[in-house]
Amino acid sequence: MERIVQKERGSCIGFAFRQTIPVMLGYLFLGTAFGLMLQNAGYHVLWAFGISCVVYAGSMQFILVTLLTGGASLLQTAMMTLFINGRHIFYGFSFIERYRKMGKAYPYMVFSLTDETYSLLCRTKIPVSVDENQVSFWISLLNQCYWILGSVIGSLAGQLIAFDTTGIDFSMTALFVAIVVEQWQEGKARLPVIIGFLSSLTFLLLWGPERFILPSLSAAVCILLILRKRRGSQTQSST
Amino acid sequence: MNTIHSIGIIAVAAICTMLLRAVPFIVFGGSRRIPDVIRELGSCLPPAIMATLVVYCLRGVDILAEGHGMAELISVGVVVMLHLWKRNILLTVGLGTLCYMFLIQTVFG
Repeated sequence: MERIVQKERGSCIGFAFRQTIPVMLGYLFLGTAFGLMLQNAGYHVLWAFGISCVVYAGSMQFILVTLLTGGASLLQTAMMTLFINGRHIFYGFSFIERYRKMGKAYPYMVFSLTDETYSLLCRTKIPVSVDENQVSFWISLLNQCYWILGSVIGSLAGQLIAFDTTGIDFSMTALFVAIVVEQWQEGKARLPVIIGFLSSLTFLLLWGPERFILPSLSAAVCILLILRKRRGSQTQSST
Repeated sequence: MNTIHSIGIIAVAAICTMLLRAVPFIVFGGSRRIPDVIRELGSCLPPAIMATLVVYCLRGVDILAEGHGMAELISVGVVVMLHLWKRNILLTVGLGTLCYMFLIQTVFG
């Protein structure tokens, strides 16, 4: 009996691992870049490890290095974090029911909901042979492990990387583009994709590259809600 | 470097990030029933968010600067074609990234 349980967990981890390989590449590299940057700012490997364990937010951690070296106030730090990571408010809406039934793992699942983990959990179609909760948990945990490992490597040995890594961060862009292609092909999701693109491009032009994402996502949510309402009243009037 | 203040900064960043991620769960995560509108929003938001993240990743591209964002345009094109053709996420991300690295380091470097 115990062997069966073990085997099942093994197949869950294996399946989760295969899903995370595209993120592994990007997280190891970006984590390394963060560790190296932090090391150069005078904070050794334990800082890199600790920050990647408790903050765990890609672009925010790079900003954090400048906040640390500049001696920012706590209020400034809070404002900056709300500003940069504000987009994460929207992520949980797709996982409320899925996470709620995960018991002890629930808080960790909420904590570890980064852009990349969100993307993988949205795209992964979990076969009936493996446990959905286990797979979701391992995808989340493995991703953070890559990020922490990268941070530690960067902090200890970032200067030793001999080949030119310029452009390797494009792997995250490629992942998001590929997922958009998948969602487009699924057909029913085309309208949200179009709304997402139009809204973000509009606010990018209006507000500039550093400030567009929050208004853009808020507008997208409003448009989706309005369309739903209209569709709802149409189906009501037709019945 | 002030160790206590540094720890304070890290703690504030960690707590704010966690709270942001927890908002939907705090508001709708209890055992009560989730309103239909939130449920529907949850199912139609991911494609809109993924499209926004693509723009977010490419936000720094300056089409007026040298190169005019051609490396990004070509690489995104390669990613789209590869994924339509093979639909293998590893192949797509791997080759797409190599393509971009090659372009940015040599052709547009």
